[in-house]
Amino acid sequence: MKLHQLSVFSENKPGHVVAPCRLLAQEGIDIRALSLADTERFGILRMIVSDWRRAKDLLEQSGSVVKITEVLAVEVPDHPGGLADVLEAFIGTPINIEYMYAFPFVRGEKAVLIFRFDQPDAAIERLQERGFQVLSIGALEER
Amino acid sequence: MNTVTALSTGAAPFQPESAPDYLPAAILRELQLGRLRSIVERAWSAVPLHRSRMKERGIEPGDLQSLEDIAALPFTTKADLRDTYPFGLFASPMQDIVRLHASSGTTGKPIVVAYTREDVDVWTSVMVRSFATCGLHAGDIVQNAYGYGLFTGGLGAHYGAEGLGATVIPISGGNTDRQIMVMRDFGVTAICSTPSYFLHLVERAGQLGVDIRALPLRAGVFGAEPWTASMRKRIESASGIQAFDIYGLSEIIGPGVAVECPHQDGLHIFEDHFYPEIVDPETGRALPEGEEGELVLTTLSKLAMPMIRYRTRDITALMPGVCPCGRSLRRMRRIGRRSDDMLIVRGVNVFPSQVEAALLEVEGTLPHYQIILTCEQGLDQIEVQVEVTPEMFSDQIGVLERLNQRISDSLEHVLGIRAQVTLVEPLTIQRSEGKARRVIDRRTVQP
Repeated sequence: MKLHQLSVFSENKPGHVVAPCRLLAQEGIDIRALSLADTERFGILRMIVSDWRRAKDLLEQSGSVVKITEVLAVEVPDHPGGLADVLEAFIGTPINIEYMYAFPFVRGEKAVLIFRFDQPDAAIERLQERGFQVLSIGALEER
Repeated sequence: MNTVTALSTGAAPFQPESAPDYLPAAILRELQLGRLRSIVERAWSAVPLHRSRMKERGIEPGDLQSLEDIAALPFTTKADLRDTYPFGLFASPMQDIVRLHASSGTTGKPIVVAYTREDVDVWTSVMVRSFATCGLHAGDIVQNAYGYGLFTGGLGAHYGAEGLGATVIPISGGNTDRQIMVMRDFGVTAICSTPSYFLHLVERAGQLGVDIRALPLRAGVFGAEPWTASMRKRIESASGIQAFDIYGLSEIIGPGVAVECPHQDGLHIFEDHFYPEIVDPETGRALPEGEEGELVLTTLSKLAMPMIRYRTRDITALMPGVCPCGRSLRRMRRIGRRSDDMLIVRGVNVFPSQVEAALLEVEGTLPHYQIILTCEQGLDQIEVQVEVTPEMFSDQIGVLERLNQRISDSLEHVLGIRAQVTLVEPLTIQRSEGKARRVIDRRTVQP
């Protein structure tokens, strides 16, 4: 259920984000989900890809610093309140969301939310209790 | 022979080449004086610059009656080597010279140094003694990651390790993944490189899932750039090896001027070939034993290019007392800084070694850094760029920002001024021959 997210350090300079993306493209690795967190001076490119082990090796060989983190992909209906319903599931629990990003799918009227929790296992339990669907990488790729 | 065997430490067999390390002080001084007289005589008769400098001071080689008289001789500086480029300080005709090396030279022309066959033999012998001092012996497998070429590091270490009877892997610098493969597959027991390159290699090994601590590697002989005691601690704890400091410079011979023994308390100078003095870097006046100042070296046996009182710019002190290892060779403190690497930023003295120490204070950081000085509206700005390593990297912005803040606080604490800290991508800082370029000064002199 937990997905392996790749984070890549990038300086906040023109052209610095494109290099890892181009490298993965050349090697035929699909980026399933992506977010760029940035500050004035540096950024963190977070990605969920089709083959995280190979992507990590390729990026490290090219000199990048890569970190693997476990995240959850949660499917919600793509309508107002879809996100709020998920977030409310964690009110009053000790589980914290470190960060999240979302993307909709054209087909199926669903959206997928990627969450980085401080306690991913507890979060899976909570989400399933509340009837949310936590996607595996296979399920994410079918979307 | 019995006393000598008893004096040697550890399991390493005694090397016959190491015998001069244990000469009684009186005999060593006598040997030095004899060699000093003949080398000064040689410099006088074969090198016009040395002769004219001595004449200016009203000195002739025959005036040298004791070792203390050396203080009357003129200094030689790096500028003299540049001014006489390429061959002006050679004391041997080219047919007697078997090797030339040259410094990389960041500005302008390089400096060129020469060796006769006898000089190469002396160099090999001091490198054999250096490795033996670090406990290396025949049977060791030595990965020589110093650059081969005009730089003296590669060939100096190569000849020494081979002379010792060890197995040398002449891998030279660079291609880190191959270095790690060779280290693991060939059962390497000792490595030579710059300390910063070795640390990079350890990090990369971690990324590749190779645990250096589990390999047979037990010793590293590191030099060619100044490094701090905290850097040694970091290297030793990250790799499980013993890290030895070796000192040398091309102008004198290359690596093999001085080295640490397993007590790691100062570097033994191979005094039978290199005569050390400590002088005040400002006035050039000789300083008493134990006082910190600039190291000045005189080559006692170099034929192709004798160096008389060469100003090394390295700041150190000669240590009083005798080392428990039993060597009678005097020790100098490890070089922490050079007289010419002091930066003045907003009126405050800053040394790159302080920046290194401040970075090592912060958990998870490695001293891959560069100092960039600029001037904005008449005010000096100091920026310290730090390469991000897997150890310190996080997927969370907040963690990186707090790390940035901790580095910045540590720098302010050590330097006394605030520095802008910038995290940069790995391997973006320029390196040459494995030596990291630590300072970029973009301040222009205001008219």
